[in-house]
Amino acid sequence: MKRFSGFVKKEIYHILRDTRTLVILLGIPIVQVLLFGFAITNEINEAKIAILDHSKDEVTRALTQRLLATDYFLLEENLQSQADIARIFQAGQVKEVIVFESGFAGKLQKEQQAHIQLILDATDPNTATTLQNYTAAIVMDFQQELNQQQALPASITTRSRMYYNPELKSVFFFVPGIITIILMLLSAMMTSISITREKELGTMEVLLASPMQPAQIILGKVTPYILLSLLNALIILALSYYVFQVPVKGNLALLIGESVLFIITALSLGILISTVASTQQVALMASLFALMLPTILLSGFIFPIENMPEILQWISHVIPARYFITIVRGMMLKGAGLDILWKESLILVGFTCLFILISVKKFKIRLE
Amino acid sequence: MKPPIEVNSLTRRFGSFVAVDNISFAVERGEIFGFLGANGAGKTTAIRMLCGLLAPSAGRAYVAGYDVKKQADQVKRHIGYMSQRFSLYQDLTVRENIHFYGGIYGLSPKALQAKTTQMLEELDLESSSHTLIRDLPLGWKQKLAFSVAILHDPQIVFLDEPTGGVDPITRRQFWDLIYEAAHRGVTVFVTTHYMDEAEYCDRVSIMVDGRIEALDTPAALKKAYGAGSMDEVFVQLARPAGKTAK
Amino acid sequence: MNPAIQISGLSKHYGELQALQSVDLSIAPGELFGLIGPDGAGKTSLIRILATLLLPTEGTASVLGKDVVKHYRFIRRNMGYMPGRFSLYYDLSVEENISLFATIFGTTLQENYELVREIYSQIEPFKDRKAGALSGGMKQKLALSCALIHRPKVLFLDEPTTGVDAVSRREFWGMLQNLKAHGITILVSTPYMDEAGLCDRIALIQKGNILAVDSPGGIVSQFERPLYAVRAADKYHLLKSLRSYPYAHSAFSFGDSIHYTDQRGAFAPESLLTYLEGQGVKDAQIEPIQAGVEDCFMALMQRHETSH
Repeated sequence: MKRFSGFVKKEIYHILRDTRTLVILLGIPIVQVLLFGFAITNEINEAKIAILDHSKDEVTRALTQRLLATDYFLLEENLQSQADIARIFQAGQVKEVIVFESGFAGKLQKEQQAHIQLILDATDPNTATTLQNYTAAIVMDFQQELNQQQALPASITTRSRMYYNPELKSVFFFVPGIITIILMLLSAMMTSISITREKELGTMEVLLASPMQPAQIILGKVTPYILLSLLNALIILALSYYVFQVPVKGNLALLIGESVLFIITALSLGILISTVASTQQVALMASLFALMLPTILLSGFIFPIENMPEILQWISHVIPARYFITIVRGMMLKGAGLDILWKESLILVGFTCLFILISVKKFKIRLE
Repeated sequence: MKPPIEVNSLTRRFGSFVAVDNISFAVERGEIFGFLGANGAGKTTAIRMLCGLLAPSAGRAYVAGYDVKKQADQVKRHIGYMSQRFSLYQDLTVRENIHFYGGIYGLSPKALQAKTTQMLEELDLESSSHTLIRDLPLGWKQKLAFSVAILHDPQIVFLDEPTGGVDPITRRQFWDLIYEAAHRGVTVFVTTHYMDEAEYCDRVSIMVDGRIEALDTPAALKKAYGAGSMDEVFVQLARPAGKTAK
Repeated sequence: MNPAIQISGLSKHYGELQALQSVDLSIAPGELFGLIGPDGAGKTSLIRILATLLLPTEGTASVLGKDVVKHYRFIRRNMGYMPGRFSLYYDLSVEENISLFATIFGTTLQENYELVREIYSQIEPFKDRKAGALSGGMKQKLALSCALIHRPKVLFLDEPTTGVDAVSRREFWGMLQNLKAHGITILVSTPYMDEAGLCDRIALIQKGNILAVDSPGGIVSQFERPLYAVRAADKYHLLKSLRSYPYAHSAFSFGDSIHYTDQRGAFAPESLLTYLEGQGVKDAQIEPIQAGVEDCFMALMQRHETSH
């Protein structure tokens, strides 16, 4: 055990002393999240909306005022009937229609509950989701203020409907993608490079000539990267939560647990690469081209898997990232738990075992 | 006529560390000049300055008549350089390497052809001209690297530990090449860790802590230090430097 | 007494290349044994096989009585190994490197301080310095300290003095002599022939073949022909003249003289001087000398090449 911890300590020194790489490692996720995040939020400024008020009472008027008082929305038209909605969306100017049900204030009084329907043009899913969230947030604010003045708490529920793109491939789906890519990049690339670096420097020769077991060497090298990758995952989650209000609907502890599982999958893939590659350059190339590109393109991060040609859909089955993206999306956006995602989790466990098995078989106890 | 190498108060600092400390010397045409010193004494820094690869902090040096600071390009054109670490491309053949270096120095195709034939013949490499460098024995590689370094008939050739690890017979064959080149008027500037090779030089300088502590013919140095071999001279001079390890 | 290292019929091939060709060698416990030969002779392959890092193609080898293939774990626990290239962590300090290797071997610096003291004390003042910032000689001392930290019974050193200046080389050999006093068996390889004299016994190796094994004195006494040192002011001219002498057997530069052997059994040095004078070398001097290891190596190399 002392042998192992001494080895881990040395590995941590390597990481901490290579400040340039460390800055890049921790900087990449932040820059990526901000880039993706702001590329979207910038669009939400004076978005044109329409309002269909079936109630026209003091509460709906106050709420409408509140919505329009922000910079986000600009009222294009007050609609008179449900039939106008299709017309105004087809015209293409209006991105969102807010529908208040009839007897809004009365229902709030008597039943402590009233409904607002949000209908969104989801041709641009990013904008649609953001608009929806902004509207929902403002309504929530309004409701809280309302409740402070009343004895009984009332709730205004918003229900959304997406036009044109009901499945909503939204920007929030990018965050799980980014987490996946970054964990893959860091874990696989950094482990494979740090192991091949020892081969190149000749220090692996000295380690092999010592009583260290292959498993000890590998575990010792990998442990610090689990922590580093986890730190990265947390940074991305925190950024997306606090800066871009991406929700985490599922259990946070489970999400972190799943992240650790995926980190280990990626690390074991990195180890596998390092057993084949003899130089850092080869390891880098292998991680970048054999791993990164398929991960980005075939995992469903950018392109929906169901739209791919059948052969690519088949290939996507052997891409671990695919399953992790499904897990993260399910947990963050839909609040899914293990009861739904057990299959994906199990597949990741399977991949990990496979990679480790091959790595242990291929790891050389000698120089050839 | 200016000597091929003329160095006046050459100094190079890295921050507060003085790697080369005010050295001065001159090397004559056709001379084999041994440039010795312990690891870290400043040899490599000095050679880099003389080859126009590193600007001096102070002082002047003229190589082939050109100022190494202001006319680095001219210096590079008129010198040959060979080091133990890098000389030939391992994944090119003998002939391809010769042509590549000939091309760099702007030899005409006709001259290059004649040179190649002559060189392969001299080195007894005709049958191996299409062999990859990495498949050649080390000794042959080093001999070829030297011939390539003087392909463009430079006035001066710098050799940085050219014979490290080479077998004793090939090492002497290598020195035969050096002698021949010097005989033709090429000035040879060489570093080595083999002290018996120091004796092959016309004159030898010994660097200690950035300064040239001794410079003379091997015979005169041995006499001055009352030593039987250059090895003893070297140890006497460099020992204090080795003790105050840096 | 059982040998510390026993090698029989050992061959190593890399595809077409035959790095070692049926090598036999036996090294006694406590011996300081030198493996002498140029780059590419097979020194590194031999040492790596003994250090359990390579598998032999043919033949067997044992270290401390254990087979290098089957009992590699035992050997790795009981050997010290210093590869040809400086193989420590550049970004770790001297002290961190030492304690890393100590923990890897399940020991501490304090436990074995007495063994490494002489070497480590020289670099201890710089213990906070990064290994990458050390000078060549100090790196070498650090690497040796790390290889000794677990008190090995046998020590493999692959070209520890290559690229190291003459002063540091002397110091290094001094350290090896002291280690020998602790009863450690040491196998050291080097391309420098002048280091041969510092070993108890040496093997001359070239192109995968052992040319000779003996004590340095034994090796030089095997030199077959009378050897002469010839000196003249113009060495280049002298060398050319000697080589063109019809009776010359060999003429090689050696320091300030040229070592000469003659083909004839009865050779009168005066006849050579007369010849040289005819060639224009007026100031030649000739004297009989004792052959060195390098003379023997070259003679054996030439004989080996002509017989193959």
